[in-house]
Amino acid sequence: MIDKTMSAEPARTADPIRPPVSVATAPTETPAPGARPKVEIRDLRFFYKSFEALKGVSLAFDDKSVTAFIGPSGCGKSTLLRVMNRIYELYPEQRATGEVLIDGRDMLAPDQDLNLLRAKVGMVFQKPTPFPMSIYDNIAFGIRLYEKLPKGEMDGRVEAALDQAALWDEVKDKLGQNGLSLSGGQQQRLCIARAIAVQPEILLLDEPASALDPITTSKIEELIGELKSRYCIAIVTHNMQQAARISDRTAFMYLGELIEFDDTATIFTHPSNKMTEEYVTGRFG
Amino acid sequence: MPEHIVKAYDEQLKRLAGTIARMGGLAEAQIADAIEALVKRNTALASTTVESDAKVDELERDIDNQAIQLLALRQPVAGDLRRIVAALRIASDLERIADYAANVAKRAVALAQVAPVRPLHAVPRMGKVVREMVKDVLDAYANRDVDKAIAVWNRDEELDDMHSSLFRELLTYMMEDPRNITASTHLLFIAKNIERIGDHATNIAETIHFLVVGTPLKGSRPKGDMTSFAVVQPKDGGAR
Repeated sequence: MIDKTMSAEPARTADPIRPPVSVATAPTETPAPGARPKVEIRDLRFFYKSFEALKGVSLAFDDKSVTAFIGPSGCGKSTLLRVMNRIYELYPEQRATGEVLIDGRDMLAPDQDLNLLRAKVGMVFQKPTPFPMSIYDNIAFGIRLYEKLPKGEMDGRVEAALDQAALWDEVKDKLGQNGLSLSGGQQQRLCIARAIAVQPEILLLDEPASALDPITTSKIEELIGELKSRYCIAIVTHNMQQAARISDRTAFMYLGELIEFDDTATIFTHPSNKMTEEYVTGRFG
Repeated sequence: MPEHIVKAYDEQLKRLAGTIARMGGLAEAQIADAIEALVKRNTALASTTVESDAKVDELERDIDNQAIQLLALRQPVAGDLRRIVAALRIASDLERIADYAANVAKRAVALAQVAPVRPLHAVPRMGKVVREMVKDVLDAYANRDVDKAIAVWNRDEELDDMHSSLFRELLTYMMEDPRNITASTHLLFIAKNIERIGDHATNIAETIHFLVVGTPLKGSRPKGDMTSFAVVQPKDGGAR
């Protein structure tokens, strides 16, 4: 009798150390870090009419990291960013071949829903591009495209986005004001807030701070450091010191080719490629 | 490597390397003079050698200033950054080298006042080796010659061995006759100073490797200095 009640059976099902694992759901749980890159680009070629702007670029980068793309003007770094959310498709004479895998799915596949892709992959440009509407609506506009939210919930989402973009405290008392009335740095943070409001997974930043003063630039850099804990960030920058400061990995591109891709610390202390060295030390470009 | 787009940057880097070369030349001369003052019992030369140390110190401050300016104003990276960091390190090694040479010169003054001891010939031999090491390592720096730097790095063992055997020899002399103690002790310190100069030459060799290759020199350096463990017993073994 005693044997039965004290048997190991009930103890096993209630084992606090080993909770029962459902085999069916286990593989979809978060993979081990570094198991699969968030973004994997394979043999990407890009054409503006007949001009080949990207000549078979392959690289991969991880979630919750910042990858910087550097290189002289016309090296293809902005083009690479533009391919990742297929914004180039607005222009009929531009086309891409190869694969851009996000979580293993090819974003260049014809059956890929463009709206879903662009919700997943947010982009911020060099010049701040707020919509000519209120600060509130700048943020809410994107959310309304994908979701129908009651007012209270929408307010919460707008605040959260502005807060994440380190802008909330500066604009909370003037949400009805036109977004264009803000300063350049504030406008840029508004654009970042707008991009993260739709809860993307990847943020593409094309020279996000190059039109801003040094203090505002520092604020944007600080912000990127904070956003890294939630998003996979790819940034194009002409400012090499900025790439050195904020990125985990740096890709050096030249004339449509990926010349070197390595840890940022390595690129800026002992790059293996001579051309990379000449570029980062200011000998050409 | 082609020139920088900003020409003034290249000129500043060149000037920095030039100052290192001048400082290295001075340090080399300091070693040579100190050894000669010792061997020839030339107290006048010894005194000027001690005084000349100030010039080396001044060059080190000059290099520090140049390097700090470059770091602050140019935000150097990659090879440029390594050149500047290497200059700072080498300048500090050269400053120590010249200090040790001045120490040798100081003791040469003291030694000139007592009767010479026999193993004096071993010290100039060490001096010759260390001068060659310093010269080679400075050449390796000027020509970015990693192989030559590694040769210097390996040669330090030879110097260490000479130091170890001199150490034992001097202990024996002191046991034989207490009147040798003053001179022998000064010689011991001189030999140690020379041995330390060799260590700084190997530091510079390591810096050259970092400068040219971009990574630290791997592996542990062969060590020949065993004086820390040396015990020399009197001939009667101390038994009574």
